Amino acid sequence: MSVEAREARQPWILLSPALGAVTFLLLVPLIFIIVYSFWLRSAIGGDQVGFYLDNWQKVLTDRFYRDILLNTLKIAAVTTFICALMGYPAAYFIARSKGSKMVLLLLLMLPFWISYIIRTMSWINILGTSGALNTLLVSVGVISEPVQMLYNEATVILGLVHFLLPFMVLNVYVSLEGIDTNLEDAATSLGATRWQAFLQVTLPLSLPGLAAGGLLCFVLGAGTYITPVILGGPRDAMFANLVFEAIITQLNWPLGSALSLLLLMVLGVLVAIYNRYLGMSQLAKGLG
Amino acid sequence: MDNTKRYERLLDRYRNGDLDRRNFLGLIGAAGLAYGVQTPFAKFAHAQDVKQVRFDGWGGVVSEAFREHAFDPYTEATGITVVDGTFAGSDEYLAQVRSSQEGEYNIAHLSGVFDYARYVNFGLTVELNTDNIPNMSLVMDALTDAFRGVTPDYLSAVPYDYGTTGLAYNRKYISDEEMKEKGASILIDEAYKGKIGGWGEWRTRIWYGALQTGQDPNNIQDMEAVWDAIRSHRDLALKYWSSGAELMSLLAEEEIYVTEGWSGRIAALQQEGHDIGYFDPPGSFAWQECLHVLKGSPVEACEELLNFMLAPETSIAVAEGQNYPPALDGTKVDLGDKIPTLPAYDPTGTLESLTFADPTYWNGNEAEWSETFSRVQRGY
Repeated sequence: MSVEAREARQPWILLSPALGAVTFLLLVPLIFIIVYSFWLRSAIGGDQVGFYLDNWQKVLTDRFYRDILLNTLKIAAVTTFICALMGYPAAYFIARSKGSKMVLLLLLMLPFWISYIIRTMSWINILGTSGALNTLLVSVGVISEPVQMLYNEATVILGLVHFLLPFMVLNVYVSLEGIDTNLEDAATSLGATRWQAFLQVTLPLSLPGLAAGGLLCFVLGAGTYITPVILGGPRDAMFANLVFEAIITQLNWPLGSALSLLLLMVLGVLVAIYNRYLGMSQLAKGLG
Repeated sequence: MDNTKRYERLLDRYRNGDLDRRNFLGLIGAAGLAYGVQTPFAKFAHAQDVKQVRFDGWGGVVSEAFREHAFDPYTEATGITVVDGTFAGSDEYLAQVRSSQEGEYNIAHLSGVFDYARYVNFGLTVELNTDNIPNMSLVMDALTDAFRGVTPDYLSAVPYDYGTTGLAYNRKYISDEEMKEKGASILIDEAYKGKIGGWGEWRTRIWYGALQTGQDPNNIQDMEAVWDAIRSHRDLALKYWSSGAELMSLLAEEEIYVTEGWSGRIAALQQEGHDIGYFDPPGSFAWQECLHVLKGSPVEACEELLNFMLAPETSIAVAEGQNYPPALDGTKVDLGDKIPTLPAYDPTGTLESLTFADPTYWNGNEAEWSETFSRVQRGY
C-alpha cells in the first residue's frame, strides 16, 4: 500500500469508533423511529405494521399539536432571550476579571454537580406558599399572607433559565476571551466612550458566541420534558410532554415517533439555518 | 407451560377419550426418553439453569420488606438469587418490558386489573400452576376473580394488596361534615380555586368526572358531561401531581387543601402527624395490585417465590410498610393490629363495599380517552 493510500485511510481509522457509536446509537434508532412513525396503533394496544400516513397527517394538520409546538417554541425563545440578557453581563464580568477568573468559572460549573431534577425541585422550597421567599415577605410585612407563585408558565421559564444560563454564559465567555482587549482600548483612544467601544467593537465580535449560546439554550429548552412536569400547572406542557404521553401513557409508539420526528425536524431546520450563517465551529468552541 | 401441566393435559385427553391408551403411553414414554437422553447434557444448558429471578416493584419500604421476609428466605431455600429493580410507574414499566427480550423481566408488582389486561393483550403472560402456590388459598376470592374475568382459563398474576383513590383534605380548611356533604363535587367547588389538586392520570380524572356528574364510572352514558367536569377541575386546580411523594408534599406544605389521593399515602401523612382527612365518597375508585409473572420467566421458580411473598408474615410486613391492606382474607388470617385500621380495609373479605374498575370497559376506551384527556388537560 502506498504512503498516500495509508494516509488517506488514517482519518477513517481514527474516526471509526465515533462513527460506529453515532451509527448504532443515533442513526439506527432514528431509522427505527422513522419506520415506527408509519405504523398504526391497533385498538387493543398492539402495533399494526405497514405503511400508513395517518400519524403524519394527524401531527401535521391537528391544531392541538401545532399550538403546543408553537407554545414550546415561544417558551424556548423567551428563555433564550432571558438567558442572553442575564448571561452576557455575567460572561463579560468573568472574561474581564483579573485574578478570580478560575474561581468564577468554577462557581459557574458548580450547578452541574447537582442533578437537574433536584435543582428544578429546589424552586418549590423557594417559591412555595411555605417556601423561603413567601416566609421572608410575610415576616418583613411586605405581604400579609403567602402569594401563589408556583405552577404556571412563568415558573416553567424560570426553571429553564436556571438550567440553561450556564450554557449561555460559557459560550459568550469563550467568545469574549478570544477578543483582544487592545481593540477596545484602541477604540477609546480614537475618541469612543467605553459604552460606544463595547457596542461597536466588543459586542459585534462576540455575537457568534451569543448566537451559539442562544442556539444551545433554544434547542435544549424546546426539548425539555421535566421542567413543566415539576413546575407547571395542569395546562402547562411542552412538546416533549406530548411525546412522553403518546409513548408511555397511551402506548402509541407510532404517534409518539411521528411527534418526536416533527420536533427533531423543526429544531434541525433551526440548526441548519444557524450553520448556514454562522457555522458550527463557534458552537464547538463553546461546548469545548 | 410446565411439565406437570403438560402431563395433566395429556391425562385429561386420555380420560376424555381423545387419546387412546397406546398413544397416551407412547407420549409418556417419549417424554421419559427425551428426559433421559437430555439429562447428562442438561448441566451444559445454562439458559435453563435458573440462578436468579428478577423482581421489579415500587422500591422503598416495600422492597425492604420483600428483601427481609421473602427474597432472602427464598434464596436460602432454593439457591436462586432475587434481583430487585424499581420503576416509577406502570406505564413506563410496560414500555420497558415491551422493548426487552423475553425473560429479561420476571415478576412485577403491578397496579390494577387494567395492567393485567394490557399485559394479556400484548401476550406477555404465563400460565401459573396455583397448586404450586399454597398460600393462594389465603387470598380473597374477590380479588382473584377480577383476574379470572380477564383470563378465565388461567392466571398469570396473584393479587397482593388493594386500596382506594379517595378524597384527601386538610382539616384546617375543610371540615369532615363539609367533605361528606360535598363528596367528589368538592374538587370542582369554586370556593377552593387554586387550592385543589388532582392526579394527572386520565383514568382517575374520568372516574371522578363520572362521580361529579352523578354517573356510574363503569358505565358512563354522558361522556361530554364528564369532559366538562374535567375542564372545570382543570381550571380550578393548582397542580396535577404525578407521584405519591408529590401528593404528600403538596398536602403537607398546604399548597393544596383538597385532592384525590392514594389511601396508603394519606395514611402515611396521618401517621406523620399531619391533620389530613381521608374520605371515600360513594363509588370511590378502588384498585388492587398484583404480582405478575411475565412471559419468558422460569415459571416454577417464580411460583415458589410468589408463595414466599404471599406468606402472611411477608404480606403483613409489606402491608404495614406501604399502608395498603394485603390481599389476604382477614377472616382466614390474623392480620394483626395495624392493618384493620388502614383506609379501605375490608374485614369481611368480600370487598363488596368497594367499587373496582371494569377492565374490559376501561381498556376498551383507553386509546380514545387517554388521548382526549391529553387535549382537555391542555385547554381543549
